[in-house]
Amino acid sequence: MKFLFAFFSGLLISTTVLAQEVAPDVLVKTVTEEVLDIVRKDRDIQSGNTKKAIDLVETKVLPNFNFTRMTQLAMARDWRQASPAQQKTLTDEFHALLVRTYAKALTEYKNQTVHYKPFALKAGETDVRVRTEIKQAGAGKNIELDYWLEKSPAGWKVYDIEVGGISIVTNYRESFAAEVRNSGIDGLIKLLQTKNKSGDAASVKK
Amino acid sequence: MKTMLPARIKSLALAFAAAGLLAGCATSGSPKDPIEGFNRAMFAFNEGLDSAIIKPVATGYEAALPSPVRTGVTNFFGNIADLLIGVNNLLQGKAPEAFSDLGRVVINSTIGLLGTFDIASDVGLEKHNEDFGQTFGRWGVGSGAYVVIPVFGPRTARDTVGLILDVAADPVTHVHPNAARNVSLVLRAVNDRANLLPADKVVEEAALDKYSYIRDAYLQRRRNLIYDGNAPREPEADAEQVERPARAEAGTVEPQASADSVVPVSPVLVARTETAEAK
Repeated sequence: MKFLFAFFSGLLISTTVLAQEVAPDVLVKTVTEEVLDIVRKDRDIQSGNTKKAIDLVETKVLPNFNFTRMTQLAMARDWRQASPAQQKTLTDEFHALLVRTYAKALTEYKNQTVHYKPFALKAGETDVRVRTEIKQAGAGKNIELDYWLEKSPAGWKVYDIEVGGISIVTNYRESFAAEVRNSGIDGLIKLLQTKNKSGDAASVKK
Repeated sequence: MKTMLPARIKSLALAFAAAGLLAGCATSGSPKDPIEGFNRAMFAFNEGLDSAIIKPVATGYEAALPSPVRTGVTNFFGNIADLLIGVNNLLQGKAPEAFSDLGRVVINSTIGLLGTFDIASDVGLEKHNEDFGQTFGRWGVGSGAYVVIPVFGPRTARDTVGLILDVAADPVTHVHPNAARNVSLVLRAVNDRANLLPADKVVEEAALDKYSYIRDAYLQRRRNLIYDGNAPREPEADAEQVERPARAEAGTVEPQASADSVVPVSPVLVARTETAEAK
């Protein structure tokens, strides 16, 4: 009993510590290294097993993302037009789309290393950018990969990723807005669902 | 080869004519893309050219040459490019960067065996990314309309003028004899394309509409390059920020976006003031 108590209080303390103490740059580094470590050892992912890469992303990476915020950013003004139910569906579908993209990028991994640029958290900051750089082992230029994080009661959460200055979230703004203009919120939901289904089919084929 | 050329020119001319016809039916109405109909046609043409010729050649090239050789090719042309990067840094008033670029050329051309090894990066002289389009942007020239150019791909009006200067000043286009120049140009193009092969699949996976995905990525990328990687976040027209009356949403141009896209001078000025303050 005493042991159990100690165990649970220990668990409680460690999760609280995780939620409050992990600095954004440390979080980015820990998760990146953990994921790359797995990819480096996993021949299935290296040879293009998207399904396995998706599982990895879902379990290791996603808990640190705020998808509602990401979807909201991509939807811009149209977000408020959507009903709560539509917002939920949009978030789920956008989530699926980003996960597949991220997983696809992981299967293209070839011996790159990640360089973490200096980062200092100023007191009271709740919205930060953590800069990293992907060093290509062979040909090709280095790629800047920046994470935008926001402080929440559950710790720092990533709400945007910039690849070489291209935000993977706001890059959807124009196409989302165009779709909403042409066929409404439901049209956009349908488009995302179709895209995700075709992507699933493609990843099963492989 | 020569007999094939007129046929190619003919098909190119046809593609242009088709593009002209399609130009009438513009679609999504992004303010940055007023000639979307024409651009979509050109984009389709470039995609066709890529999948029929360029991509297969680049794939074969990637398969045929080992990675260190391809890195050598990349570095070799990268070293030549560093010259113009230095010139553009100088034109942008960034003397330290310009000297660093010059230092890179000196080191890589000698110790780096005619540029095939990028020793300068190893000793801490970072490679920059500059061109005439960025220089104009830095000077406060607005980007103008988005335009897809045959073969070269996405540009803006400003970057098209930049591209003309880039090509005119490119040392590789001045190589003699012409045969050596042509081989160099083709090798560089194929090598550049090969370096982009891994990105293809990711874009296919990500894009709902490849045309607008590439367009918006290009515009974001250029904006970021002009700020040398320190572009401020684009204004968020999202729910939590502004309690704007519903009427404003029916308006043609959104005020927040216009601060960035219609008056492109101001963010550059901001960037300038920021760098001035930093010094």
